[in-house]
Amino acid sequence: MKAFTYQRADSTAHAAAAAAKPGARFIAGGTNLLDLMKLQVETPSELVDINRLPLDKIEETPDGGLRVGALVRNSDLAADSRVRQRYGVLSRALLAGASAQLRNKATTGGNLLQRTRCYYFYDVTKPCNKRNPGSGCAALAGFNRIHAILGTSDHCIATHPSDMAVAMRALDAKVETVNGEGEPRVIPIAEFHRLPGKTPEIETSLKPGEIITAVTLPPPPPGVHVYRKVRDRASYAFALVSVAAIVDSTRGRIRSARLAFGGLALKPWREPQAEEKLVDASADTATFGAAANAVLDGARGFGGNDFKIPLTRRTLHSVLAETTRT
Amino acid sequence: MDENEPITIEITRRTVIETGTTALLLTALPPAALAAGPSDGNQPPPPSATVTLQINDRSHQLTLDPRTTLLDALREHLALTGSKKGCDHGQCGACTVLIDGRRINSCLTLAVMHDGQSVTTIEGLAEGETLHPLQAAFVEHDGFQCGYCTSGQICSAVGMLAESRSGMPSYVTEDLTHPVAELTDAEIRERMSGNICRCAAYPNIVAAIKQAAGTPT
Repeated sequence: MKAFTYQRADSTAHAAAAAAKPGARFIAGGTNLLDLMKLQVETPSELVDINRLPLDKIEETPDGGLRVGALVRNSDLAADSRVRQRYGVLSRALLAGASAQLRNKATTGGNLLQRTRCYYFYDVTKPCNKRNPGSGCAALAGFNRIHAILGTSDHCIATHPSDMAVAMRALDAKVETVNGEGEPRVIPIAEFHRLPGKTPEIETSLKPGEIITAVTLPPPPPGVHVYRKVRDRASYAFALVSVAAIVDSTRGRIRSARLAFGGLALKPWREPQAEEKLVDASADTATFGAAANAVLDGARGFGGNDFKIPLTRRTLHSVLAETTRT
Repeated sequence: MDENEPITIEITRRTVIETGTTALLLTALPPAALAAGPSDGNQPPPPSATVTLQINDRSHQLTLDPRTTLLDALREHLALTGSKKGCDHGQCGACTVLIDGRRINSCLTLAVMHDGQSVTTIEGLAEGETLHPLQAAFVEHDGFQCGYCTSGQICSAVGMLAESRSGMPSYVTEDLTHPVAELTDAEIRERMSGNICRCAAYPNIVAAIKQAAGTPT
């Protein structure tokens, strides 16, 4: 691990100002950052510890939603009775992620900011445009079983590893931030994570020193909530494909549907055209197939991950069948 | 004990077995050599930080390189070698300890982040000569083979039972809106998935935890 100086922030303004300096990073749960620092993938010169800031509350919002503080631990968010009753897709997604030990540490803000688990991003001896811009992408012609099939570029085919963010994408969550000057900003989750394009090293729309203070959840949309995660082992593994679904249907007729996908792209993926195919449609295999076609329009495999295209189709069929059973 | 002074241990065969030769060798190295991860080249060590930890109901003040993980602080600075370093990347669970009663991977957190907090390690579970019910259950059910993962398994199970009693659901909980009535084998396996056992003693681990779940802890 490279040497760094450590300081504990006593206010959000102090944290944002301290982290605006080049080389400075926030540390909250630290489960991803310290892992990467041990490998020298991350080499901050200064750590600003934000764990003692008062950002650990879950509050009701006037419109009937919830405001989740950035430091609410993943386990506490998953176990919150309001989340379990009204945002089942989010509770289930959180419980699908990592292990209990990691969920006890990992925070809401940190989960959004976790880095890809691409093998080549982790291996400092290999080219990676995300870690070392301009060095190339070793995954394109390498082992790419876990890599993206949507929204890729010639510069990067990594995926975003979060489960939580996929559910939040389906829920149209909003990310609240404050910058070093104390100015607040609200970023819709759809605009929070960025696709790789030519600059895969830029992963989010956050500016230097801008700190996530909370994530707000709009009132829960009606319907059955499901989070389905397909992975290489039954627990404690990243998603090959995951689907967050909120589907409102009655007697085989779908009224509305929201679908977000994990494991397919460098951001939680949502395809409005797929959801439109489901509105006021019969809950049958033809409808599900049309939705899958819309999601996978433009999907591209890179050899090792070709299987994700049929796997996504089948997982979506299964989830839509489950959510429209009644 | 004043932890700012070097730990002096009378070397007998028994202490070598108890603390491990690596720990003894490392106490002779300069502090910077104890920082986790690849070596740092020619950089000077960062300013040290002082942290007070309540470990197994005893207060310890340590002056550390801020890079020191909680696991390294326990093992290399306090000779509490019950918590094990398996992968050092949060993937195996051998380093599991409890912070204010909650289980975490001590390899993926810095000791300085826990100033003033209460840490329970495997060394703090027994009451005198009386084993913690989970320790006794692991012995009774032979919940190990080589034993390297065992302290992490037991600390994790202590945290897991507390979570379960407070109503925490798991990924395999059928209905998230209802408290879990029973810790089935599937519930135990899912909730313990952050602890890997390379000897695959899982059936006996599940049996031990199931027994302890029925005992007040």
